[in-house]
Amino acid sequence: MSITEQTNPHVLTDDAQGMSYLNRLPRRIVVLYLPLAVFVFVLIFPFYWMAITAVKPNSQLTDYNNFSPFWVVKPTLDHIKYLLFETSYPGWLWNTLVVAVCATALSLAASVFAAYAIERVRFSGSRPVGLLIFLAYLVPPSILFIPLAVIVFKFGIYDTKLALIFTYPTFLIPFCTWLLMGYFRSIPFELEESALVDGASRWQILIRVILPLAVPGLISAGIFAFTLSWNEFIYALTFIQSSENKTVPVGVLTELVRGDVFEWGSLMAGALFGSLPVVILYSFFVDYYVSSMTGAVKE
Amino acid sequence: MTMTTTAKQPLAFGNIARSNTAVGLFFMLPAAVFLLCFLTYPLGLGVWLGFTDTTIGRDGIFIGLENYEALARDSVFWMAVYNTIFYTLIASILKFGFGLWLALILNEHLPFKSFFRAIILLPWVVPTVLSALAFWWIYDAQFSIISWSLMKLGWIHSPINFLGDPNNARASVIAANVWRGIPFVAISLLAGLQTIPQSLHEAASLDGATGWQRFRFITLPMLTPIIAVVMTFSVLFTFTDFQLIYVLTKGGPVNATHLMATLSFQRGIPGGQLGEGAAIAVAMIPFLLASILFSFFGLQRRKWQQGGQD
Repeated sequence: MSITEQTNPHVLTDDAQGMSYLNRLPRRIVVLYLPLAVFVFVLIFPFYWMAITAVKPNSQLTDYNNFSPFWVVKPTLDHIKYLLFETSYPGWLWNTLVVAVCATALSLAASVFAAYAIERVRFSGSRPVGLLIFLAYLVPPSILFIPLAVIVFKFGIYDTKLALIFTYPTFLIPFCTWLLMGYFRSIPFELEESALVDGASRWQILIRVILPLAVPGLISAGIFAFTLSWNEFIYALTFIQSSENKTVPVGVLTELVRGDVFEWGSLMAGALFGSLPVVILYSFFVDYYVSSMTGAVKE
Repeated sequence: MTMTTTAKQPLAFGNIARSNTAVGLFFMLPAAVFLLCFLTYPLGLGVWLGFTDTTIGRDGIFIGLENYEALARDSVFWMAVYNTIFYTLIASILKFGFGLWLALILNEHLPFKSFFRAIILLPWVVPTVLSALAFWWIYDAQFSIISWSLMKLGWIHSPINFLGDPNNARASVIAANVWRGIPFVAISLLAGLQTIPQSLHEAASLDGATGWQRFRFITLPMLTPIIAVVMTFSVLFTFTDFQLIYVLTKGGPVNATHLMATLSFQRGIPGGQLGEGAAIAVAMIPFLLASILFSFFGLQRRKWQQGGQD
């Protein structure tokens, strides 16, 4: 965690094949494949359980004697229909999407400028500011939500989407700035110097030279920020009261869970559909996710 | 092995840059406004609220340390502190152990490696609340699939009361937290493992090192810097966890699983005692600072771990 002067890590690479060829097959099965299978099973099972519950008819849901719980005999779409047409679920999906897109766009824009200023304009005091940005990333939402609720209320945006759009950047901007600083650092100074010599302004350099080169970084930061805001819970729970403004995680938990009779089918369908957008996004950008996750850690 | 040093700014460029302090501050403006308004100010306001008796709908007055004195006598608060430390400690150790194990497995030559890597990250990508709902159903008192499977195997005779019994509930929420945390630890450590050159392992085994020795004297030292950062993040996020507990137990049964964050929420928002809730949140700050400082000074990146001199 070298927050101060960044030295490019000494990259150690070689083309060695490794020594895995020395392991014989039976040993590999016991040491590698078996534990891996157990890990994958445990990590994936809750999703399978979620999906299978979402399409199970109510009669099979709790009848473990006549039907195997691991499989479904006559899958039904009733739970999903109920979810989509008799609850506010589509509205929550839409709210979550709006909030996530706006918060991400806002944070990305602010972060690009901030990261560029810290990393490249190097105004006096840019180093401490960079450190502060990193520390801001470590401030957890669970110690901010009470004072933020007070502030949101005073601003008159309590119970609106704006409350979320303005508060999500508190954790998105530090993250995106930190990530983009790393990307900007990898762009050679010479490119900027020659643009400066040619008479380009700072603004032109940022828009025409730096940003096109930092597109992978922007994608990483963008999808990551989108996921973080899609998954956010405590602010949405605290700042939103009315059903029509709720996000998916809050809506599913506070409105679909009623009393003691749990509609497990529609509850699981709600969880499944709320997860799908980020999972689909994730499946297209796996490598960007991994690079932004490890990028934030490696600095 | 390539060696590069710090990118040096040529002098001429530095001069131009220095004249651009105003430009730099101007570029910082949007981010600064947001962070000052919605991060720094609330942080200060939170500390202030902790010294007042503010409730929802009424501005409080300064009451000094009364909130903290009340908390010090409050057995539920101490229970939450104890739970938070216990939860963080056990969950972090388990996450680290399983995460490192998984990372070591994935670092081997495997078929469909990138597929496995993608699958394994899923629990971390999906919204915590929604996967916690799945766990809620898995932990159901009557229709838990775990109880059913164990009963079929003949290991137990009646369903396990996962969330109704204090100790079971603690174990259950920790298990769910570990489930969600393993991918982050594993994938981050995998990235660290991939920077360790295989030739070191080959050289060591030519010298007669056993598998354990290679792990202990090559892998672990080379990995320490990444472990330090990953575990700091993991500890911070576990310590301030809210979502899992809120979905699975809401702090129950009889406050047995309340963490400081959930207690702060319960007292502050539904309970309306904003001042007291803020005081509980502020009480988390010393713990957070301690863990950040510990990892920063205790486990700093050493140069020799990257092939340089100390």
